[in-house]
Amino acid sequence: MPELLSVKNLKIEATSYPPGEPPKVVTLVEGVSFDLQKGKVLGLIGESGAGKSTIGLSALAYGRGGCGITGGEVLLNGKDILKLDRSGINSVRGAHVCYVAQSAAAAFNPAHKLGEQVIEASLRHGIMNRAEAQKRALYLFRVLGLPNPETFGERYPHQVSGGQLQRAMTAMALCPNPELIVFDEPTTALDVTTQIDVLAAIKHAIEETHTAALYITHDLAVVAQISDDIMVLRHGKTVEYGTTKQVIEAPKEDYTRALVSVRQTKRDEATDQSGTLLKIENVHAAYGNGFKVLHDVSMHLPKGQTLAIVGESGSGKSTLARVITGLLPPTEGHITFEGKELPRTLKGRSREELRRIQMIYQMADTAMNPRQTVRDIIGRPLSFYFSMHGARKTERVKELLDQIEMGSRFLDRYPAELSGGQKQRVAIARALAAKPELILCDEPTSALDPLVAEGILNLLMKLQEETSVSYVFITHDIAIVRAIADSVAVMHRGRLVRFGPKSKVLSPPFDDYTDLLLKSVPEMEIGWLERVLKTRRMESAGN
Amino acid sequence: MNVKSIPISAWIGIAGIALAILCAIFAPVLAPYGERDVVGEIWMPAGGDFLLGTDNLGRDLLSRLIYGARTTILVALAATVLSFALGMILSFAAAVMGGFVDQLFSRFNDLMMAIPTLIFALVVLAVLPQHLWILILVMAVLDSTRVFRIGRAVALDVAVMEFVEAARLRGEGSLWIIFREILPNTLSPLLAEFGLRFAFSILFLSTLSFLGLGIQPPAADWGGMVKDNKDGIIFGISAALVPGAAIATLAICVNLVVDWLMKRTSSLKGGRGDA
Amino acid sequence: MESGPITGPVLTDAAAGETPLRPTDLSGVPAKPNPALAAGELDGTFWRRFVFRRPLTALILQRLGLSVGLLFAVSLMIFGGVEALPGDFATTYLGQSATPQAVENIRKDLGLDRPWSERYLTWLGGAVQGDFGTSWASKNSVSEQIGNRLGNSLFLAFFAALISVPLAVGLGMLAVQFRNRMPDKIINVISLAAISLPEFFIGYLLIMVFAVQLGVATFPATVYDSMTLTERLSAIALPVATLVLVVLAHMMRMTRAAILNVMSSAYVETAELKGLGTFRIIARHAAPNAVAPVINVIALNLAYLVVGVVVVEVVFVYPGMGQYMVDAVTVRDMPVVQACGLIFAAFYIFLNMAADILAILANPRLRHPR
Repeated sequence: MPELLSVKNLKIEATSYPPGEPPKVVTLVEGVSFDLQKGKVLGLIGESGAGKSTIGLSALAYGRGGCGITGGEVLLNGKDILKLDRSGINSVRGAHVCYVAQSAAAAFNPAHKLGEQVIEASLRHGIMNRAEAQKRALYLFRVLGLPNPETFGERYPHQVSGGQLQRAMTAMALCPNPELIVFDEPTTALDVTTQIDVLAAIKHAIEETHTAALYITHDLAVVAQISDDIMVLRHGKTVEYGTTKQVIEAPKEDYTRALVSVRQTKRDEATDQSGTLLKIENVHAAYGNGFKVLHDVSMHLPKGQTLAIVGESGSGKSTLARVITGLLPPTEGHITFEGKELPRTLKGRSREELRRIQMIYQMADTAMNPRQTVRDIIGRPLSFYFSMHGARKTERVKELLDQIEMGSRFLDRYPAELSGGQKQRVAIARALAAKPELILCDEPTSALDPLVAEGILNLLMKLQEETSVSYVFITHDIAIVRAIADSVAVMHRGRLVRFGPKSKVLSPPFDDYTDLLLKSVPEMEIGWLERVLKTRRMESAGN
Repeated sequence: MNVKSIPISAWIGIAGIALAILCAIFAPVLAPYGERDVVGEIWMPAGGDFLLGTDNLGRDLLSRLIYGARTTILVALAATVLSFALGMILSFAAAVMGGFVDQLFSRFNDLMMAIPTLIFALVVLAVLPQHLWILILVMAVLDSTRVFRIGRAVALDVAVMEFVEAARLRGEGSLWIIFREILPNTLSPLLAEFGLRFAFSILFLSTLSFLGLGIQPPAADWGGMVKDNKDGIIFGISAALVPGAAIATLAICVNLVVDWLMKRTSSLKGGRGDA
Repeated sequence: MESGPITGPVLTDAAAGETPLRPTDLSGVPAKPNPALAAGELDGTFWRRFVFRRPLTALILQRLGLSVGLLFAVSLMIFGGVEALPGDFATTYLGQSATPQAVENIRKDLGLDRPWSERYLTWLGGAVQGDFGTSWASKNSVSEQIGNRLGNSLFLAFFAALISVPLAVGLGMLAVQFRNRMPDKIINVISLAAISLPEFFIGYLLIMVFAVQLGVATFPATVYDSMTLTERLSAIALPVATLVLVVLAHMMRMTRAAILNVMSSAYVETAELKGLGTFRIIARHAAPNAVAPVINVIALNLAYLVVGVVVVEVVFVYPGMGQYMVDAVTVRDMPVVQACGLIFAAFYIFLNMAADILAILANPRLRHPR
């Protein structure tokens, strides 16, 4: 069978213009080759900066923001599209090869109706007339499971939900009957229960239309559901390239093995239920404009253990953290800490009460003052709570840096000079410096690449053993819950759905929402998607 | 900060500003004649004893230009510093206190800004007696509305950052939060804003003086010199264009520096700190 | 549908803007009020339901209401503020040597002995009907004087706008087309210089070159009723050129920024990846979204133009509102100053409101509510 797409020895470079310095050329991708046959799906997987989107766009001979393809060949049906002139390329784009972006919300033109945008490429390339294109759009809306397919095209992008928009973007790519579609992280921005629907819709549509696809993602479990072959990329180079079965079940390279086994750690829960540290009783909360975000939430956390609060965006899990810290006083209910009721507001709490509860944020970037060095950032709680100064303070900062496995050479670095994982470690050290009894962790790993995230989780668990600090861990990721929690609270639309020890919460019988949530988390297993679609009970909220 | 990273355009701007400031400081030393001395015929051409010629009363144009730098820069700078102090204090107070204070200040500021600056100045100066300090005050108050708006936006932007929230959770006081957390992160845009306001003050002062409402004769200032010599234009005498060019050059120089500061600010966005 | 979280040191968009001179310098009217708040003021479930069903109409009504309120507050400020400031008009009017008796008489004549709230209401009532009282200096009706001169000023501003708007938009598009290449850089440097030039400098420079040395234009720019249109046009050639130069650089830089913003958006990339031609991308995908910000830019600059006429009229001795006002300020003729101030502010507020409403109208999210 002839190759549809054949990429040979691809090299992509970008020119950056640092102010006041001569332009710098950076190599983003080097020596990448792969083949794709008609109707097949190739998954490109890697961490951020692996060059996977850049490679995907090369199938359309497109360089984003100063990127240029400087070497190699991209053969589409045997013809090198890199050698085509402007009009030649335009006849390929949107007709033979189409693109689905990560953020459909930004990729749709806000000024035009969805239907017009979906059929535009088909009309402009003369592939079909208006009536045919509209018929095909209707067909695709149906295949992709969009609500009211007859009138869906009449709506504007801002009038439909994120999950629907992502499917509309897929319809737009499929409409001109292309031979190849590039999916660039199409489900990454979506909630986990919406992701599974979109993923299923994409898979179904690809099978229906026999279109080949390049599927780009950072989530190996997702790509395992949809692709025939997988290429693992790192720093712009190929790490491993093989069939999905081989890569998932018998990875050859260490890096791939690490990716496959990530988050497979599971910890047994602690059984000791004595000595309650934090108790939340019948808490209600509302925003300043009167919008109620929490309804009658109760849970508790024993000393030295981890409580995971799990839910999707809008579930109220982060709001609960704000209520615990006092940033958002509850409208009703009580929060007890070590048997003593906590004052409702931040202002009402003493310095000692504040010291005992610390917080770690999702974005370490914004959680640290960019104008302060690591020494200042970690040192401030020491001088603030314990009046430490001079050499004693420096000694303690160094100790903390050792504890987070970084070392004293980072003392005088600024946050901008640290990697994402290092920043999060410094944030953890800042929390530890206060010697707290409780650390609130608000999705501390969800902005990080999987291997880095795993390192942070391991560090948190090590610190818990050493200092017997308790965690309230807010996350949307069931795998993390399995890995670190002792007890679990499932939240949905501002209400507590389920609460108890991990073993109880995560085993049947389930309520409908927990069932949906658990079944929506992609597992590193081929055929998982089909199995789950057959057995789940509740439609996701994304529709 | 790396000296080499300053582009040529910014160097030109810095050199121009430095020259003007030198003239302002050492005016009595540099000027060949006195500020108010009639030394020759009226509107003598450039060259000879008078490098730039003489003005409508026969005073040396170059000397008046040098003394004029003193008045113009001093008044514009005083107005800018005052407007900045006023605008920043009020805007940071509004941003940190929030609620009623914020609403009150912001709505009043909106009202002030609904009247064009020049028109506002004309109305107010029609009533007030002509004193230098009143002029500076009026310029400062009118300009502080712009500073207030920028200052409040910048402060609010930083105030919602998580590191500020982290400081509040730690229990830090308002002063620490303003001076140690917010202010260091707003310096760059505010410095650029200061330059912008200074350039605007120079132009605004010159315009008022040109209209006869700014600095009063016989003191030399650039806008007033244009007004003094404007009748010569019709006879082909370019005496009015010389101070005009001086105003334009100084304003261009300040804008060149501001342009660089802004680019530097935006290139810092998400990039490395300027450590 | 919001963009991702902001990372790194925070700097506001405004502070990191494209050009040293930003819309904030030109626009007087503040950022949009909080809709919830404004709705609260009017209250009633009816209004709330209306906002929900017809958000576009509701927003526009809100802007209109706000502008009227603002104008009212401005009138209060121009009148009351003047009263509150120190200085006795009667003394100014008669000079320092006046006898107390004469001062007393003149106060009565001018109506200054009545309480100011009463005088304000009389003044405002007259102003609404187009009657601004009599000038202290000339004893003529202010409205009559203004009637003539306002027409002259608008005539000047109109032609300046007619030339500068297409020119600015065209140059802005040119700069975008050649982004970061020579033409763009040249336009950038020249416009940076141009925004630093005071109006009167440009004016006298033009007079020097075109009226005095080349003799192709007339100075001063006197116009009177019996002139034909062609004569008038040739008389205002230089003032119009000055205004165009003054406003062009601002408008061009802002247009460039607005178009660049649209051209670097993800939906334009989508259009490129659909294999559409450059013309189609610009006409169909960029233009509908760029129109709103560009119209906004134009309206803001027209507001600036209205004020810019003041200095230009003085330079060219052109019989318009601006010169009238400056003359009145010099002799402290308060009725004239107040009337001119109010009219200038009204134009300014009106044009800013128009800019806001056009921006609202062009927003598809508001035009097609969920």
